[in-house]
Amino acid sequence: MGADFLEVSLNALKLIFFFLMMVQMVPLLVWLERRGAGFIQDRLGPNRVGPFGLTQLLADAVKFLMKEEFIPQKAVKFLFYGAPIFALIPASLALCAIPFGPKFEIPAFSFWGRHWGPYEFILQGYEVGVGIVFILAAASLAVYSILMAGWGSGNKYSLLGAIRASSQIISYELALGLTIVAVVLIYGTFSLNEMVTLQRGPLSFEFFGKMVTIDFLPNWGIFYQPIGAFLFLAASFAESNRLPFDLPEGEAELVAGFHTEYGGFKMNLFFIGEYGHMIVASALLITFYFGGYELPFLTSQELLAIYQEAFGVGLTSSLLNALTHFAVFMFKIFIVLWIFIHVRWTLPRFRYDQLMELGWKTMLPWALGNLLLTALIYVASKTY
Amino acid sequence: MPLPSVFFLAGFVTLFGFLLLFVASKIGEVVRDRVKSETYECGLPVEEKVDTKISIKFYLTAILFIIFDIEIIFLYPWAVSLKEFLAQGLGWYSLIGVGIFLLIFIFGLWWEIKSKALDWE
Repeated sequence: MGADFLEVSLNALKLIFFFLMMVQMVPLLVWLERRGAGFIQDRLGPNRVGPFGLTQLLADAVKFLMKEEFIPQKAVKFLFYGAPIFALIPASLALCAIPFGPKFEIPAFSFWGRHWGPYEFILQGYEVGVGIVFILAAASLAVYSILMAGWGSGNKYSLLGAIRASSQIISYELALGLTIVAVVLIYGTFSLNEMVTLQRGPLSFEFFGKMVTIDFLPNWGIFYQPIGAFLFLAASFAESNRLPFDLPEGEAELVAGFHTEYGGFKMNLFFIGEYGHMIVASALLITFYFGGYELPFLTSQELLAIYQEAFGVGLTSSLLNALTHFAVFMFKIFIVLWIFIHVRWTLPRFRYDQLMELGWKTMLPWALGNLLLTALIYVASKTY
Repeated sequence: MPLPSVFFLAGFVTLFGFLLLFVASKIGEVVRDRVKSETYECGLPVEEKVDTKISIKFYLTAILFIIFDIEIIFLYPWAVSLKEFLAQGLGWYSLIGVGIFLLIFIFGLWWEIKSKALDWE
């Protein structure tokens, strides 16, 4: 985690900060969702508690905390209580492996009669060499928490919902995995940081021995992988159990799916996990296809140079640079999250056989075709 | 390796969830009675057992997922090393090699669709 005491503690604080950021984004997103749903359906949504109803979710959290502790007779205690806690882990592990901004440097200084630094920090929980593979592995652990909840509740509706959910998640993981293979192919790396670096500047690529540069477009992955981006978005809807793929919670058939027997704060932890998955999915989408934390026409080095001209070389300019890119990344994430919310209130739910058919017979072949096409064009354009 | 960080985060998250559940369980008022803690069943007495019958299709889906997922995982090293193959002028060689591998993949998918393993009623 670091070389000396300061670095270790700062890294630990950074990890806790990213986790708490995810937790804190959930009430905001729930508010956005309810309010957005209200406006989409031509009503107001929550608007009584606080300005624009913003503190509604704070009131809800207090209510969750005051609820009665309840465990059904036939529940398996360890699984029943373990599932909501375990639901938090995959999303937070995956989120911390995503880069939120460029490096910033703390120059050497002396304090308490000792020399510290210089340090270099990344706005990222930890940098994993195999980046995307780690995120895929961590995020797919979510199936376990769902199955634990389904089996531990001792209720057949929970069990059916859990099995539906896990079967759906693993089915769409194939299409997701194949689109990511195509992404890895065009960037030639697993590391998310390098992917973001490669998307800097205007759109330019080598096409049959000629360098093509298009000045008015940024060098984003979506221009290389348009089909892949769409498939990734659709698959991540299914991965995070959102409408139109929220069959596990089909209330007309299964009451409430795997969290039928849950209430109060245990239910709330499931919510945090689910919204955490949405945040991870949209952050990945941004990193792969929309330039990550980089601004469209201003690379992070150019912005750093501007800041250094204004504030001088040192901690202020590099910290400002990092924070600006952090804000840009959050802005992009919120746009994708708004798409998630808008789709939820626009499209109707699928039937289960349609869902499986879409996953296996439509999205898997399309992802495969996308990969083959990408590889063919890539090899042909680099060879001749 | 960021392994200590990963373990630290996992431990912190577990502790966070555990503490929240613990606090929530202490604050709320608890009223117990016999009917309340029964399994939820739309107001009727529970008839069916918990381990209710589940369609064999789910097991089949899980097995097919494992096969395909392993095939996809084999593609990752190829995708990341294609650049080096190209640098050595072996682009088409590498592509044909993986094409043969993908033919098995596509044949498997075609066979499953043809044998109706992926059809749900």
